[in-house]
Amino acid sequence: MGMPVTLALRGRHTTDAVADQAWVTVVDSLRQADRIFSTYRDDSDVSRINRGTLSLDDASPVVREVLALGAEAAVASGGAFDVWRIDAEGVTSLDPSGVVKGWAVDRAATRLRELDDTDFCLSAGGDMVCRTVVPGAGPWRIGLENPHDSTQLLGLVPIADGAVATSGTLHRGQHLVDARTGRPPSGIASVTVVTSSLTWADIDATAAYAHGMGAGSWLEGRPDRTALVVWQDGTTTAVRTPPEDRAARPPKYVLPRPR
Amino acid sequence: MKRIVLWLLSTVTTVVLLFGYHTSTAGPAATSVLAPPVAGSSSSSSTSSDTGSTTSGTTYTGPSTDTQWGPVQVAITVTNGKITDVTVPVYPNGNGRDAEINAYALPILTKATLESQDGTVDMISGATVTSQGYATSLQGALDKAGL
Repeated sequence: MGMPVTLALRGRHTTDAVADQAWVTVVDSLRQADRIFSTYRDDSDVSRINRGTLSLDDASPVVREVLALGAEAAVASGGAFDVWRIDAEGVTSLDPSGVVKGWAVDRAATRLRELDDTDFCLSAGGDMVCRTVVPGAGPWRIGLENPHDSTQLLGLVPIADGAVATSGTLHRGQHLVDARTGRPPSGIASVTVVTSSLTWADIDATAAYAHGMGAGSWLEGRPDRTALVVWQDGTTTAVRTPPEDRAARPPKYVLPRPR
Repeated sequence: MKRIVLWLLSTVTTVVLLFGYHTSTAGPAATSVLAPPVAGSSSSSSTSSDTGSTTSGTTYTGPSTDTQWGPVQVAITVTNGKITDVTVPVYPNGNGRDAEINAYALPILTKATLESQDGTVDMISGATVTSQGYATSLQGALDKAGL
């Protein structure tokens, strides 16, 4: 999981010591997350949990926070997304990478929100969280790459305050699988999700991708998402859903039939 | 009228900082690189682009950087303190899969570098693999250019 992390700043603090210090804290925060969650590091909490040498109770408190997110995501995705994997021999292991990336970047970005009169866009491996506070600065312009045409962007998404995440397999090989089948989904090229937090944009992009041909209909059921699904045949499906309105949610009970 | 003012304000100094984040092959050796402003004094005119091939810029070549797919090297051409061209002289093309990956990762990354200083596109959502090597080599080229 190598990935470049890029920070763009505009406004009051861009090149001064305050900006430099903010960058250092962002990097420290990401490194700390890596030390705890990386499945590539033998000494990470996750690796130790998988070896059975560390209990969940003794692990860093953020491990439980991430596991709670993973459980929520597993329910929301109907099981297509899960941080717990069961291999062919029936051994259960923890791989929270699908939750950690967005969560870690959201967490690192909290330091950037403390910069006065400064806009930021923090990107990690093509997923980003953006904020705009400078009057008249306009939203950040996020280009969406077209997985089928090397010279084109699919479009431009203006993001004032929010997050964008894209899931696909071409860049990193077939590493995404439907947790229900253990196999990579078919028919789908990429999913981009825009919502308020990168934690959920990332989870939903991954979960939708895992749904394969069902990605669009699954996204329709998610609250406050704007999404673009690019299919293997080059067609696209755009999805925009309203914020969750608890008052408008249909009642859980079944109305009695009229007599 | 209002839109123009907003657009001008949106092009004030942008600083881009790059961070190489290795976990799989490099173990704990994560590196961080601070870059000076890339888009410092971008022109307020979006129509008079000076990316033409006739301008006499200076070319700076970044280090060849290994990725899991092979080496990547980035060269930038700087004219009057502004990046006017980005090329990728070295990239992995050893097999069909690499070619497939690079065929669309590199042109988009190149586009991103040029467009970000115009203020047209701030970031690209999507690319991940070769962009690691691209970012490292681009950083080297930027350092050489003193940008």
